[in-house]
Amino acid sequence: MRQKMRALMLVAPLLIFVVVTFIVPILSMLFRSVENDIVPNTIPGTVIALSQWDGSTGEPPQENVYRNLYIDLFKAEEAKQHTRLGTRLNYEQTGLSSLFRTTGRSLDDIGELWQDPLEDIDPNFEEGSFWFEMMSGTGGEDFLETRRELIATMSDEDMTGDVGFVPSMKIIEMLPWTARAYTDFALWAAIRDGDTVAEEDPWESVYGALGMDLTNPDTVSAINSYSGAGASALQAAAANLDQLPQFGFREAFTEEDKDWGSAKVWATIKLYSPSMTPGYFLNSVDMTLTPDGIEMKPDNQQIYTTLFTRTLIMALIITASCILLGYPVAWLLANLPMRTASILMILVLLPFWTSLLVRTSAWKVLLQQQGVINEILVWLGFVNDADRLILMNNATGTVIAMTHILLPFMILPLYSVMKTIPPSYQRAAKSLGATNWTAFWRVYFPQSVPGIGAGSILVFILAIGYYITPEIVGGTDGVFISNRIAYHISSSLNWGLAAALGSILLVVVLGLYWCYDKIVGIDNVKLGG
Amino acid sequence: MQLIKTLTASTALLVVASGASFAQDMANDMTLVSWGGAYQSSQTKAYAEPYMENHPEVSITWDESSNEAVAKLRAMNEANNVTWDLVDVVAADAMRLCDEGLAMEIDPNEVLAAAPDGTSAEDDFGDLLVSDCFIPQIVYSTTFGYRNDMVPDGAPAPTDICALFDTETYPGMRALEKRPINNMEWALLCDGVAKDEVYSVLETPEGQQQALDKLATIKDSVIWWSAGADTPQLLADGEVFMGSTYNGRLFSAIVEQGQPISMLWDAQVFDLDGWIIPAGLPEDRLNRVLDFVKFATDTQRLADQAKYISYGPARFSSAPLVGKHADLGIDMAPHMPTDPENAKNTFLYNYEFWADYRDDIDAKFQAWLAQ
Repeated sequence: MRQKMRALMLVAPLLIFVVVTFIVPILSMLFRSVENDIVPNTIPGTVIALSQWDGSTGEPPQENVYRNLYIDLFKAEEAKQHTRLGTRLNYEQTGLSSLFRTTGRSLDDIGELWQDPLEDIDPNFEEGSFWFEMMSGTGGEDFLETRRELIATMSDEDMTGDVGFVPSMKIIEMLPWTARAYTDFALWAAIRDGDTVAEEDPWESVYGALGMDLTNPDTVSAINSYSGAGASALQAAAANLDQLPQFGFREAFTEEDKDWGSAKVWATIKLYSPSMTPGYFLNSVDMTLTPDGIEMKPDNQQIYTTLFTRTLIMALIITASCILLGYPVAWLLANLPMRTASILMILVLLPFWTSLLVRTSAWKVLLQQQGVINEILVWLGFVNDADRLILMNNATGTVIAMTHILLPFMILPLYSVMKTIPPSYQRAAKSLGATNWTAFWRVYFPQSVPGIGAGSILVFILAIGYYITPEIVGGTDGVFISNRIAYHISSSLNWGLAAALGSILLVVVLGLYWCYDKIVGIDNVKLGG
Repeated sequence: MQLIKTLTASTALLVVASGASFAQDMANDMTLVSWGGAYQSSQTKAYAEPYMENHPEVSITWDESSNEAVAKLRAMNEANNVTWDLVDVVAADAMRLCDEGLAMEIDPNEVLAAAPDGTSAEDDFGDLLVSDCFIPQIVYSTTFGYRNDMVPDGAPAPTDICALFDTETYPGMRALEKRPINNMEWALLCDGVAKDEVYSVLETPEGQQQALDKLATIKDSVIWWSAGADTPQLLADGEVFMGSTYNGRLFSAIVEQGQPISMLWDAQVFDLDGWIIPAGLPEDRLNRVLDFVKFATDTQRLADQAKYISYGPARFSSAPLVGKHADLGIDMAPHMPTDPENAKNTFLYNYEFWADYRDDIDAKFQAWLAQ
């Protein structure tokens, strides 16, 4: 036990280093393939309200959903989160990115539809101090904390601190929408902007929210018997309902962009409202999540399964050509006199000291149609000038260049295994009457198999993850799945899809490794000695 | 005596302290991100070197990461350690960085210098302020170059974008960018769609298929590039007859290296490149960056940049100041994409459209390529 502890302590620095810098980042990257927090975090009220909606009717949701959307989006717009949500949802349905961006710009205008008439009815509504007095009171501490929690999750910011405002319980009961909008505003003004709530004019959403409350007859009758702060202004508003807009938020949103009236848009939002989604994984096997269940993507959008199989097949071809080319070289290295072998060894290692990009670009010079190889072939008369060989910008180019780049990874383990095979074995075989071939095939080769195994695993796994070389010489039918992963990481920013593709690739490689272990046996792999 | 000494000393200290707090607190190190190559060196010569002459205490580090700036900035932001101070990106990326909250929103009139005649920055840049976070520098275009010596005998030199699809008259390979943007528009234009209807056609699945079908007619003679330097190399080696790339790359192949290449400006697509300031910089670094940006995007500096590279300055007021090439002494105006002679038929990159349709059309385009 003590010894075990001591051993553990000895490896602890390395273990902790590997866990912190390798395992944890990989796991967190893989976790992105199912993570979908952004939807429920950014528009939490809408997501809850939307769960009541039945999308199969083809009708857009009820007013209640749009009201929640307005309150949610308004504060998301303040925190600049609405466009991130739009980008996320645009991966699932084209057009949502600009829908959220343009709607974000017009949220103030929507609020002003109510703000202007309310201020005409009673100029008190223009005053930040009036609102503060009306909304403040006691008993709303829990309410404040709930809103604080929501806004912190949405904006990913630290919202702790003194707000200088506690909503009144009476107002929360009487004007629920207004209380939400105003509390959000108070939190943001006090903590994010560092202002005094009473001195600030409330957000336009607060007026919109008061408009929502005033459509409820119970609220109107409650206002008429209300006697707290701001009672006269509220009663004036309740008495002049005809001056307020006679339409709801559904109309207001649809007016800004007709897509808000589309059941399809809402179905997408509803479909992607849980905080975990299988959507990315389905996308990475050319399927898609629809309200009716899981479906295959249309033929003209299927690409990933093709790329996965292509990657595997090409990696196998590259591994095989590495074995074919590397085996004789390694044999020479192991059997030549020391001095010649070390010169040969330098030639094998030389490519390692040259940048990958330089090597790949050199292949471009060699392989292109006006390149060195074609020029020589034409000059020798092997190839007609009009139909020069197409050696790059296709799968051939990828195989040639990658075989060259990965060859040392095959030669080195082969060499170190062959070096340990005593030449006397082959001599013994021959003295017992074996031909050269039999002596090699029955005696030498079986002993070098562990080297082939080690080299193949190295080359295959490296080949599967390569993307720079295929990108440069691969054209369209020589690119790998890793090129799409790189694209989604650095260009389309769809990290969820990239993570899903990466996870699948990882699982496939682990699966192949397992098969290899079952068939060949991992004990038979030797990197040396 | 002692008392007086102490008093003077403390007064002096007080003066120094208050003086320091009046002057804005500015960091002296700045990391600028750009594209490398001729473009970055034009920025160094036109903005950074003059700025450092005025402010010898400042040291500028360049990082050549602009082509993956969006992903890197997002990663830096998640790690809460943004090491960049100013990032050069194309307008579409600026828009995405702004959407993601990774770039700072700016008020152009406050942050940018007014034109010498007093025109506000907002009017001087005009429509080029395509995003709330974007500070435009240059207008560049994606356009075609072709080999003069590969035009078949008897055929006229191509003047029309549709020569791209005319493999009968102009045999040979073509180089096109490995993404749908621009290629889809050119395909539709040459398939008889009117210029102002291109995007409404491209919104529909049928329109997208129509564009891909048109591209399919030349699919076998296309080499798809992913780096801007590919096309000039392919043209110089005679690998392709014609190819699309950024006009500045073609300028340097034609004028600086004397390759037998000509420009085909027809249906060139204008795009913008400019700065964004990463969101959430500490105050001292932000002050320095704002000071630099105001200087680097004023009328004279933008005009100076055109001495080194054939991209049009983003300010109206800079255009008349564009002069001659710094080394070759040739007039730069005729090589600008915005020159009236070159800009007879142009396209403006439709940012809103591609922000929405990029993922969808790209999926179809890549699937089509893989077929």
